[in-house]
Amino acid sequence: MRPGEASAVDAPVSPVGFTESTHPVRDEPDLLATRHAVRSAAVAAGFDLVGQTMIVTAASELVRNAYIHGGGGTLTISAIGAAHGRRGLRLTVADSGPGIQDVEAALTDGFSTGAGLGHGLGGTRRLVDEFAIDTEAGRGTTVTVVRWVT
Amino acid sequence: MTAPPPAGVPIIRLGDILLTGLLDDLDDKTALRFTEELTERIADEGARGVVIDISRLEIIDSFVARVLTESAAAGRLLGARMIVAGMRPAVAITLCGLGLALSGVETALTAERAVAALGWRRDPARVHGSRPHATR
Repeated sequence: MRPGEASAVDAPVSPVGFTESTHPVRDEPDLLATRHAVRSAAVAAGFDLVGQTMIVTAASELVRNAYIHGGGGTLTISAIGAAHGRRGLRLTVADSGPGIQDVEAALTDGFSTGAGLGHGLGGTRRLVDEFAIDTEAGRGTTVTVVRWVT
Repeated sequence: MTAPPPAGVPIIRLGDILLTGLLDDLDDKTALRFTEELTERIADEGARGVVIDISRLEIIDSFVARVLTESAAAGRLLGARMIVAGMRPAVAITLCGLGLALSGVETALTAERAVAALGWRRDPARVHGSRPHATR
């Protein structure tokens, strides 16, 4: 399975073929729209069906968290490539909500606040290759994940 | 008591079995109404078994997993045997990665196998022990 360490996302990004799009996360229809956008980007990046399913599921978790806990935000989808030809997707989900008080707890399976929704971030982290979280009480939360095409 | 608004998810009755299925573009409100409507239908119609076909779901996130788990639990509390059927292989792999194996929820590879497990057969003749198309 994927390495579970939270790490800084410092993937070597090539400007060649770089595409990026940002999508609002304001309401329930946006949850579906963002999911479709990630699916399209994953297909275009060359993910197989399991890879597509994992990155779309990760996106769904993060976007729902931003909607429910963060009061909405944005999803940025970046098609990334490394010099040696590796391709992948980077998803950045940002909200201006209350932030996460206890990041370690939020990364533990079963952790959830607010309406009993969400499974915490631990499961999402296992669906991606790289996972970084930037949060501070009162300043909001930004989660960045990368999954590479295998 | 007023009936809940229709969930938009068809629930079909086959004798004492209810057959239903979720579509991929399920929104949160529809999903929550689905649990309520299915549970009420089980009670109203005395359903013995329920098949929830999920073969159309391209992803199952923790929210949909929770809807399935709670629907199955509620139906089971009312005495119905609940079977979730037709999960796609990629969805199964992803759910395990997410740490959600739908523990305690009975599953079947296909809706057809689920209804068979509930006592329905493709060929009624088999129920009575005779071979189909046996002419001699």
